[in-house]
Amino acid sequence: MIDIGEIRGYRRENGRIGIRNHVIVLPLDDLSNAASEAVANNIKGTLALPHHYGRLQFGEDLELHFRTLIGTGSNPNVAACIVIGIEPGWTKRVVDGIAKTGKPVEGFAIEQNGDISTIAAASRKAKEFLHWASELQREPCGAEDLWISHKCGESDTTSGIGANPTVGNLIDKLDPLGVTNCFGETSELTGAELLCRERAVNSEIGDKFLSTWQAYMDEVIEPHKTNDLSESQPTKGNIEGGLTTIEEKALGNLQKIGRNTSYIDVLKPAETPSSGRGLYFMDTSSAAAECVTLQAAAGFVVHVFPTGQGNIIGHPIEPVIKLTANPRTVRTMGEHVDLDVSGILRREMTLDEAGDLLIDMTVRTCNGRLTAAEALGHREFVMTKLYRSA
Amino acid sequence: MNESQSNSSPPDFLVHDSIDSVGVVVVENVSEGNKLTGWVMDTDETITLRANDDIPLGHKIALVELNEGSSVIKYGHSIGRTTAPIGRGAHLHVHNTKTEKW
Repeated sequence: MIDIGEIRGYRRENGRIGIRNHVIVLPLDDLSNAASEAVANNIKGTLALPHHYGRLQFGEDLELHFRTLIGTGSNPNVAACIVIGIEPGWTKRVVDGIAKTGKPVEGFAIEQNGDISTIAAASRKAKEFLHWASELQREPCGAEDLWISHKCGESDTTSGIGANPTVGNLIDKLDPLGVTNCFGETSELTGAELLCRERAVNSEIGDKFLSTWQAYMDEVIEPHKTNDLSESQPTKGNIEGGLTTIEEKALGNLQKIGRNTSYIDVLKPAETPSSGRGLYFMDTSSAAAECVTLQAAAGFVVHVFPTGQGNIIGHPIEPVIKLTANPRTVRTMGEHVDLDVSGILRREMTLDEAGDLLIDMTVRTCNGRLTAAEALGHREFVMTKLYRSA
Repeated sequence: MNESQSNSSPPDFLVHDSIDSVGVVVVENVSEGNKLTGWVMDTDETITLRANDDIPLGHKIALVELNEGSSVIKYGHSIGRTTAPIGRGAHLHVHNTKTEKW
């Protein structure tokens, strides 16, 4: 087993370790974005997470909405949380969910108050939270405290050769240390779904994966597709980068989970792992921001993102580390790249060396190094919506 | 850098698996007629091939002649089916290959 060096993080009230120390202002719904952004503008150092949904959703879609918001507020990278909603009932539901972590959280409702009074009251509380959070200290923690999520984007053939197997190398090295890892992208395993089933820890979990994949095909892809999904899966950028079919993309995608590691369970979107330490598959869209938002809501604190053509995604609370093996992407958009592994293509770097460099970059990021996406202000927070509202 | 790699010049294309029918061009500006060197990662073999098309970085080159309707093998698995005959050294992409899914 390898020594990854010291990791220092923020130990939260529920024992989980965060690597960032955000005070966030979380809108319950689209109507509350303006007040939330006003609070974050008033109180420097707090962060608003505007989004588009939360009205007239119902059933499983509504459950996912709450799970995503509560999970985001509960993420250990969040020290404290303000929730603002149009009315008090659903606002309280989110506040109560986040409060189970033991962290400071308070809700504000706009009806009967208006934006201006709500903003004033929420700003006072946000300032109090910020002062408190700003004195929290990092402390040493173990690899077993780390939860890392993975998703690739704007992939090309260099992803399957270099960047994705580098992530796989990291997972193969960190899984034995007790790190909890997660991959997703249900549609993007099409063509490699049977290989992916074989990577489960046992046949029961493998079948759970396959039925999740099949449900996505039956309920999402088949009823709504108008062609063979050309230019969506694979995307226009994937095709430009040389990927021809979904099967080719899926086989490259699967390189991300390494060679030796088995996944131990299958998660619903935004579901928190509860089967112990190990690798998990989560049922997600393959769109970058939707997938990372669901993984952050499940409690993952740092994201490793291999790209080919140069997806530039970030997330407001879960730092996204970018790596690429495409030398043209390094040359033309290097400001988005945290780790250049293009040496693999020139045979100047082995996968083993690349994996070690990625582990080092991940540990440095956990210890406070800002990612390219953080420095460039990428804060894509995109809720997954399952169907139209009532 | 390990011993076996230090003696090799950078390859023009890479092949994942020895049974693959395609390689991936990993350098820019490959033009028709260029003589290319490829590295088979699975077996650490070096092969040579003449490009019969201009092929962009990241795009695939056919390692063998393929009839219309053939499976294209990459990573040791089928990644789709050819929709036209493809010559050895030709550019293989969406204009002559299609998914078998969706």
